[in-house]
Amino acid sequence: MTNGLPDPKIPAGPLADAWRRTREGLPLISPLRKGQMDVLVVGTGLAGASAAATLAQQGYRVTVLSFHDSPRRAHSVAAQGGINAARSVAVDGDSVSRLFADTLKGGDFRAREAGCQRLAEISSDIIDQCVAQGVPFAREYGGSLATRSFGGALVSRTFYARGQTGQQLLYGAYQALMRQVELGRVQLLTRRDVLELITVDGVARGVVARHLLSGELEVHTARSVLLCTGGYSNVYFLSTNALKSNTSAIWRAHRKGALFANPCFTQIHPTCIPSGDVFQSKLTLMSESLRNDGRVWLPKNPRETRQPDAIPEEERDYFLERMYPTYGNMTPRDVASRRARELCNSGRGVGPGGRSVYLDLTDAIKAEGKGAIAARYGNLMTMYERISGDDPYKKPMRIYPAPHYTMGGLWVDYHLMSSIPGLFVLGEANYSEHGANRLGASALMQGLADGYFIAPSTVTAWLAGTPAQDVPTDHSACREALESTRRRISQLINSEGNTPVDSFHRQLGSVMIDRCGISRHADGLREGLEQVKALEQRFEAEVRVPGEASGPNAELEKALRVKDFFGLAQLMLRDALAREESCGAHFREEHQSVDGEARRDDLNFAHIASWEHTSGGEPICHSEPLQFTALQPSTRSYK
Amino acid sequence: MKLTLRIWRQSSADQPGGYQSHRLEHVSSDLSMLEALDQLNEQLISSGERPVSFDHDCREGICGSCGFLVNGQAHGPRAATSVCQLYLREFSDGAELTLDPWRAKAFPPIQDLMVDRASFDRLVAAGGYCSTGTGQAPDGNAMPVGREQATSAFSTATCIGCGACVASCRNASASLFVAAKLAHLGQLPQGQPERARRADAMQRQMEAEGFGSCSSNLECEAVCPQEISADWISWMHRERRS
Repeated sequence: MTNGLPDPKIPAGPLADAWRRTREGLPLISPLRKGQMDVLVVGTGLAGASAAATLAQQGYRVTVLSFHDSPRRAHSVAAQGGINAARSVAVDGDSVSRLFADTLKGGDFRAREAGCQRLAEISSDIIDQCVAQGVPFAREYGGSLATRSFGGALVSRTFYARGQTGQQLLYGAYQALMRQVELGRVQLLTRRDVLELITVDGVARGVVARHLLSGELEVHTARSVLLCTGGYSNVYFLSTNALKSNTSAIWRAHRKGALFANPCFTQIHPTCIPSGDVFQSKLTLMSESLRNDGRVWLPKNPRETRQPDAIPEEERDYFLERMYPTYGNMTPRDVASRRARELCNSGRGVGPGGRSVYLDLTDAIKAEGKGAIAARYGNLMTMYERISGDDPYKKPMRIYPAPHYTMGGLWVDYHLMSSIPGLFVLGEANYSEHGANRLGASALMQGLADGYFIAPSTVTAWLAGTPAQDVPTDHSACREALESTRRRISQLINSEGNTPVDSFHRQLGSVMIDRCGISRHADGLREGLEQVKALEQRFEAEVRVPGEASGPNAELEKALRVKDFFGLAQLMLRDALAREESCGAHFREEHQSVDGEARRDDLNFAHIASWEHTSGGEPICHSEPLQFTALQPSTRSYK
Repeated sequence: MKLTLRIWRQSSADQPGGYQSHRLEHVSSDLSMLEALDQLNEQLISSGERPVSFDHDCREGICGSCGFLVNGQAHGPRAATSVCQLYLREFSDGAELTLDPWRAKAFPPIQDLMVDRASFDRLVAAGGYCSTGTGQAPDGNAMPVGREQATSAFSTATCIGCGACVASCRNASASLFVAAKLAHLGQLPQGQPERARRADAMQRQMEAEGFGSCSSNLECEAVCPQEISADWISWMHRERRS
């Protein structure tokens, strides 16, 4: 351990090809031996399903846990726009080094360069893998793979399947997983909520899960545990995440000793359908890809009352095009969100409460016809119409930023292993290559790189180097984990309050979006911390969880999740307070240039802030310094 | 607006169920059907009653978790819409809506509006994939796929596995679900090597699970949130003979 951190195992030598060199040096295990080793995979999104299918193909005995009724429901299914890959297309000269540079720069130099490089190198293999599985990517007339462009990039490298790319990639991984189930190599356990990590002598060896129909608590043990449980945007209550997406598995692991890295790095996506009624349960994303053809604008006149089509061209402010002439409407998400919020706060927003801006496809429809736009974005247009009641072909869409993705997550080394040996963390659940801001279409790339290509090698290396006995399910560590989980459940069930869980979750979300959303400042963060602590105490005293611990109990599921969100929220606020700079999606109002751009502090904050849980006391921050050899940090400018 | 929800309540598969009416006195017409159930559940919890169970997750029509009958129609009256995307503005003030779970032998009841659709996963496990392992893939451009072909394969690959096709079929047939998967993979070059075996295995599994056979009533196509065409069922029947 250095700086209180385990060795991040970053490969020595030149960056290019470092992953191939690392992989070739990793120990292997004979296929026959693998059949005697079991691995637990929690979550069946892109990362989990791809890892489970690949590990099973290699011969391991894999047990997969999912809280859904089917692996196909995991929230990766909702990813719309596409997946990045660096494949040399002669016309625009894309390359691995460009994707590497865009990812590192897009993340505002707060990610490890070795990780970004590896991602760029693997990216092309992912596309091949998915094509072989039958993923119906969009094609050119000649039959080759089609691409489109996304924010933060000047090349066209995003592969897609209409506006349902995540769905198609997930089904590819899901089908590969179901094939392994049929072959008897994967035990699939659905409707299980993982509520605790089991460690034996400091090594991750299992989980406690609640069967969501019977309510029974189960112990599952294995040689290694992979958490592929997604992000924590639902700490904000209203987000683009599915309603059941949660932090519980990674938060419980954090409480058991796994470091939590950069929890305050959360991405607020600029193009979502705005909120309305208090009972609205989620915000729906309108893919960034729409900005390829859509123009973002607001009326110049702050008191504008006319319908958008009645406002003449010269009275419109295409503010992204005005402020960022090079990238225009394709500026990265954090920049676009911040500008939209600023203008709405200054009273220029449109729609109810002035909380939205226009995303206008009129020019594209005029130029290419409704049919061409429908072919590109059909499902998005329908979705917008269903939710808002307005026809986006006739009237500009109204959009506003919403929490969408969390770059922070459990700290992992280059092998994707957390600070708890034997515990691997994949996909959005880990802190990894996106730094302080993820570029569009890079989440799918990272989830699948982790699951198909990285973890299968590094998990094997770990197992090869760590002989171990089986852990019986009645081991004292299992019994303790089971008992503490049972206690947490009975505390909630026995709470004598009268307020439903959602009511607390809504209040938590409103504090978090206000204090730790698009824009943050020290006083607000300190107040936020006090507000969350007070709210957590009220939750414990006043929440009502009806029903029993046995049998289906959706309110109990929610209560367990919200309880964990309270802990995470406080860590996010502390992390945001400690990071006295603006970088990527983390914008501290105290640290900005005269024209309102983020001011990064590389001297003091070019590090990964990794938080250690302490029982009773305040969490301790360990800094992993970031070194840049291939690309020196520059001011991130999209002007 | 005001709304009366007449909901099928059943505490478990081995208990008899029945309808119970619940009133929402003030509900916004800008809420979705599921958000109305959320509001009702908060009301029920505060008054000490058991909240209504229903499956849901993404609430943007893509995960396929949600689904029940609204006044006898799978996912409600609006075409190409799953029930999470069904907004109350579709209904008049004071309307009474009857909500029923999917009813099919292969979808055993769990609680209230929740049913067990694991049979769909077993249909996919029976053969709904290309048998390729990680790291064995050729260049994605090595096998050209024409744009029309890719688009047509995509249009069948969009099935979200919600089960509305089964619930609306008087034979509780899974023909549209199976045909969609067969057509997705069967139209692409990658799916050719296992095409016949896949068609056979998935259809055998469909019978083994207790799904009925297709009698061409086309209800499945009418309720499918992804608008998958029932023509693919005829396509599937030709597949099996070949």
